[in-house]
Amino acid sequence: MSLTTAHSVVAPSSNAKLIAGTIIIAYALISIVPLLWIFATSFKTPPDSIAYPPKIVFQPSIEGYCNLFTTRTRQTPDYIKSLGPATGFCDETVRKRNMVIAGPSNFLPRFVNSLIIAFGSTFCAVFLGTLSAYGFSRFKVPLADDLLFFILSTRFMPPIAVAIPIYLMYRELGLSDTALGMILLYTAVNVSLAVWLLKGFIDEIPREYEEAAMIDGYTRLQAFWRTVLPQATTGIAATAIFCLIFAWNEYAFAALLTSGTAQTAPPFIPTIIGEGGQDWPAVAAGTTIFLVPILVFTILLRKQLLRGITFGAVRK
Amino acid sequence: MLDRTADNVARATPEPLAKKIRGISDKGLAWLFISPTILLLLAINIFPLFWAIYLSFTNFRANRPNEAVKNLGLANYQRILGDQDIWIAMQTTAHFVFWTILLQTVIGFTLAWLIDRKFRGHAFWTTIILVPMMLSPAVVGNFWRFLYEPQIGLFSYVVSFVTGIPPTNVQMLSNVELAPWAIIIVDTWMWTPYVMLICLAGLRSIPEYIYEAAEVDRASNWRQFWSITLPMALPFIMLAVLFRGIENFKMFDMVNLLTGGGPGSTTEVASITLKRQAFESWRTGYSSAFAIILFVAVFGLANIYVKALNKVKQR
Repeated sequence: MSLTTAHSVVAPSSNAKLIAGTIIIAYALISIVPLLWIFATSFKTPPDSIAYPPKIVFQPSIEGYCNLFTTRTRQTPDYIKSLGPATGFCDETVRKRNMVIAGPSNFLPRFVNSLIIAFGSTFCAVFLGTLSAYGFSRFKVPLADDLLFFILSTRFMPPIAVAIPIYLMYRELGLSDTALGMILLYTAVNVSLAVWLLKGFIDEIPREYEEAAMIDGYTRLQAFWRTVLPQATTGIAATAIFCLIFAWNEYAFAALLTSGTAQTAPPFIPTIIGEGGQDWPAVAAGTTIFLVPILVFTILLRKQLLRGITFGAVRK
Repeated sequence: MLDRTADNVARATPEPLAKKIRGISDKGLAWLFISPTILLLLAINIFPLFWAIYLSFTNFRANRPNEAVKNLGLANYQRILGDQDIWIAMQTTAHFVFWTILLQTVIGFTLAWLIDRKFRGHAFWTTIILVPMMLSPAVVGNFWRFLYEPQIGLFSYVVSFVTGIPPTNVQMLSNVELAPWAIIIVDTWMWTPYVMLICLAGLRSIPEYIYEAAEVDRASNWRQFWSITLPMALPFIMLAVLFRGIENFKMFDMVNLLTGGGPGSTTEVASITLKRQAFESWRTGYSSAFAIILFVAVFGLANIYVKALNKVKQR
């Protein structure tokens, strides 16, 4: 405020800060509206979700979550009356709409598929990636730059272009619509990211540690296990989260190569349909459950985010 | 035999290390560590790629695997390059890539520049802004269909509230003129934070003393921006543009869920054409040829990218 305050010549003035802050906060608030809307819609009843004008204040309900996890059939009021008392909140809500719960929906198995495939492929990609990254970081590998570029270039192929021969190959090998097939495919896609990121992380660990360990009588392998791995834990964890997010979010391969038993959540969620069109509260409920783990990971990762999205090209 | 290899390696490695070689040599260990990755990529990426190249010269159809396969030579490639629909799809892709990159770069850089003013709480708001880009484009893109829904959708409601157009007339996804923009808006919403984050790293890499020197020389703020800020952040902006360029060139999930290429084929980007040809018309040979052409195009971009990346790294 006072004109006599000493300040660095290049520090932005408080006025500039105020304007910058206002614009950034406005942008941040507008950009999270769609996400808040997903969250809000998941707690609306189907009529509330399609009301005009869109309802900002509404009576919260978990009907969307009930519909997400169940399949329902329409019944006559007489039949419903003959059923006896409702056994739970979902049962009661569904009966008010003249329906009864017919059984569980496919959401849970699809969600479990997502978990199995995402964690399985992440484990494999990080395991292979750590070994290769160490190899590239510490040894003179012939044609190292070409091999690294080859590993990266596999990431640039359009997924649909890759999917055509993979579809044929998996059909021959009996891997179509299997979790194993998807884990192999996602591992192959993620291993490029894992190698590039982990090579960066391992490059930062001074070689002197291993050399000291080896002078103390460790073999190269022991030195890798006892000195390099413990120091690379942060890098490995960050890489694992990036791989996990990719596999979790992936849609193109999953939509083209899985249809039933191995289908993951992303191709399933858009197909959630109620009576007379898309059941938006159920879709929103599925979306919310699907997004929450990613939100948690994003907050955990925020310091490593830049590195992850640029394949380790920008480190800060 | 084994001893000789060990001797060779021992001679090639620095003295203190050579003494420590036991069991597996360094060279053996290097290959042991690297080969599983290479083998996996050969099996899942390279073998299928060669298969696709072979198929691209044939009339093979995946839905009729028992039919005799005829060798067509370069006929598929000739047909693609002469196919009007393919060129329209390429134009649609170019339109999409151009506008998304332009918007994302301008907005992303502006946001980064503003965040670099370091107002109080900037770290928290930066994290909030970054959230959309981490989410699944398919799952979130699917939900945007709801926001775009005429009348009941929040987006359409806000647009009609602001502009006064009747809410039933705001048909973002079924209007031929608006549908491409509906996709550009979602993509920009989702990926502007990505460009912003990379630009921010660029801005923060500029040492403060350069600005101090400029201040001493009485360079105006405008001048400082054009002669210091922009040129020094440029490699980072380029990196972001190339990453987004490659990603958006391949764009499939968001478009497939928002419009599926429609209305008609107004939003049919290359990946959607490829999917329609390969998995709906089952013209496997033809679509393989198109996939190879796309791959060569992306590979070209990738080469430029790696050169730019090395430039950034040298700084």
